[in-house]
Amino acid sequence: MAEDVKFKVSIDGIPVEVAPGTTILNAARRIGGDIVPPAMCYYSKLQGSGGKCRTCLVKVTKGSEKDPRPMPKLVASCRTTVMDGMEVQNITSPEVIEARKGVVEMLLINHPLDCPICDQAGECHLQDLGYEHGLADTRYEFERRTFDRIDIGDKVQLHMTRCILCYRCVFVADQLTTKRVHGVLGRGDAAEISTYIEKAIDNEFSGNVIDVCPVGALTDKTFRFKNRVWFTKPVEAHRDCPSCSGKVTLWYKGDEVLRVTARKDEYGEVEDFICNTCRFDKKATSDWVIEGPRQVKRTSVISLNHYENPNPPAVIKKNLALQEANKEQFERMKQLL
Amino acid sequence: MARKLLLTHIDVPGIQTFEVYRQKGGYRAVEKALKTLTPDDVVEEVKKSGLRGRGGAGFPTGMKWSFLAKPEGVPRYLVCNADESEPGTFKDRFLMTHIPHALIEGMIVSSYALGANTSYIYVRGEMMPQIRILERAIAEAKNAGFLGKNILGSGYDLELYVQPGGGAYICGEETALLESLEGKRGNPRIKPPFPAVSGLYNCPTVVNNVESIAATVPIINDGGEEYAKIGIERSTGTKLISAGGNINKPGVYEIELGLPVEEFIYSDEYCGGIAGGKRLKAVVAGGSSVPILPANLILKTLKGDSRLMTYESLADGGFQSGTMLGSGGFIVFDEDQCIVRNTWNFTRFYHHESCGQCSPCREGTGWMEKVLHKIEHGHGAFSDIDLLVDVSKKIEGNTICPLGDAAAWPVASAIRHFRDEFEWHVTHGQEAQTRNYGLAHYADPLEPVA
Repeated sequence: MAEDVKFKVSIDGIPVEVAPGTTILNAARRIGGDIVPPAMCYYSKLQGSGGKCRTCLVKVTKGSEKDPRPMPKLVASCRTTVMDGMEVQNITSPEVIEARKGVVEMLLINHPLDCPICDQAGECHLQDLGYEHGLADTRYEFERRTFDRIDIGDKVQLHMTRCILCYRCVFVADQLTTKRVHGVLGRGDAAEISTYIEKAIDNEFSGNVIDVCPVGALTDKTFRFKNRVWFTKPVEAHRDCPSCSGKVTLWYKGDEVLRVTARKDEYGEVEDFICNTCRFDKKATSDWVIEGPRQVKRTSVISLNHYENPNPPAVIKKNLALQEANKEQFERMKQLL
Repeated sequence: MARKLLLTHIDVPGIQTFEVYRQKGGYRAVEKALKTLTPDDVVEEVKKSGLRGRGGAGFPTGMKWSFLAKPEGVPRYLVCNADESEPGTFKDRFLMTHIPHALIEGMIVSSYALGANTSYIYVRGEMMPQIRILERAIAEAKNAGFLGKNILGSGYDLELYVQPGGGAYICGEETALLESLEGKRGNPRIKPPFPAVSGLYNCPTVVNNVESIAATVPIINDGGEEYAKIGIERSTGTKLISAGGNINKPGVYEIELGLPVEEFIYSDEYCGGIAGGKRLKAVVAGGSSVPILPANLILKTLKGDSRLMTYESLADGGFQSGTMLGSGGFIVFDEDQCIVRNTWNFTRFYHHESCGQCSPCREGTGWMEKVLHKIEHGHGAFSDIDLLVDVSKKIEGNTICPLGDAAAWPVASAIRHFRDEFEWHVTHGQEAQTRNYGLAHYADPLEPVA
């Protein structure tokens, strides 16, 4: 078969051509925008991740050109590969929206909602997801599940109460580090991420579990309670590191580097995993070659204090003639996004 | 007297041992298959028999076998699912305890058909006596030359292993079973790929229920067509039913599919009627996972036909007025049983057994259990009933494996058919602690069906 075979897929009516073997989620990311299903557990850099959180459920209304039957159930778009001629509904299907609302509610019923004291607030995927899809109120009236905080290693703290069991950190431990010492204990809603009898994770790449955690369950102990993320200023920098790519984001408050993280793309996935030396030990500007300010998505709360608002008012967005007239402003906005 | 195929010699003393089982015609199917049939012939016979999976889903076994991928140089596996842990179902345990050689013989025939040289019987961890019985039976069969290298001089090799599980209900789901068999945490895999393509150790694998595998023995002995003569329509052969609850004669019965439900409950050959001369309130026809049906709907379908013990007839009316044959755990409730309490009990089980991998099941089962506990103990509100329906809908169909559905269906069906009783628990919270609701007027089988 020729290498350039492409499957024609449509997602919410928008056509896209992708290579065979691409998942629906990645096809949607090729299109971009609102039709990309949210993903809490899928992580493109981690093999085998996904399928667990069920937030990315979509409806396949036409299986393929050959077999046009729709799929009987909603499918996890992160683990379902496309077929030629497949038609997928995401935000255009009321069924999907309803199911997603249900999943968000389920994820939140045992979440402590302690955002005001959580270090992840502002860059938390669950926060964004809850804001976009959740209800303002909860129907859950029982005691929430709680766990004690444990230190796994001297730099990482695990607060299971906030965990949504996405298994990303388990995959990191499996695939990035040589000796896996943590995994899932227990089952059902008593399941917890843990290390074997609170053993420390002692590994050069263990800090990446912090970056992949979509919520505030795994936090950087060197940054805990230091500052809110939206008061810090992200700057891209690199250094010549013998063990990793050395490409990071430094989070400044004034002249001080409060924390170092890997660079994340628009879906919150890191571009390159970084080592613990870069993450925890190099916290002086002199350690780094500064590249420039990091461009943060406009919608993020992190950009709140850093950029002027070039976004045209909504009324212009809806009107085509006005859009034409404000073309320049739109271009500028795109560059900033 | 109905025909028996699996439990024919159940009353023979010493049928557990190889000698007696062999005297009674055991291992004829192995001889016939290995000496006169090709593996494809065996698959063909099973296809002709119309045998459907006895574990719950009812997928045609022959078709499942023909889906098995057969790439060159890659081993294939047959795994027997003996992780029977569905509340109300105890037929596999019974079969393994009393006629272990029926399973061993079926395993040899089925492995031969699939070209598997290594096969596993994954037994639920709590069944230690059955594990010992099976291990003894395997040793006996091996001594007699029915297992090991070059069986009966046919050139076919087979090693059979018994693997105790850790005692998790979820490991009865085929992909979780395979994970557990590989020594990992028993989390269901995300399908596709299906086990027929990539199963145990990433090799093509077939997972079958104990009873399905044992049923291949009479199919090979008498021929698939002969087997297909029993039963009606697409429900062929015999089925083991574990009858329990408020009946006079609880136990495991082998029935010919097509038996009317009414006869099964009331005839002296089977359940022998409701204990204590009470009236029938409800039946869970296929193990705790299937929808519960009130007396009027279990005896007759909504169309007014008599309901039969077949896959089709029990499912008649969909989930609005039907149920499923499932794994054959037939639980009978008399008029003094509390449906709310029972639903809470089932949900408590699913809450305990959810693996915790995907969010709707992990969080939803616990939530439903808490709400049902509240209603049962007299602190419920009307809104809780609607909440339960809504939560069950949010779980159903949105999970990786069928455990989510299995947890949602009993709740949804109990509220659908017994809403009065739930509402009575809300309005009469205190009274509900001291007495049961009894029969709903519309669910009395003596009343004509609307």
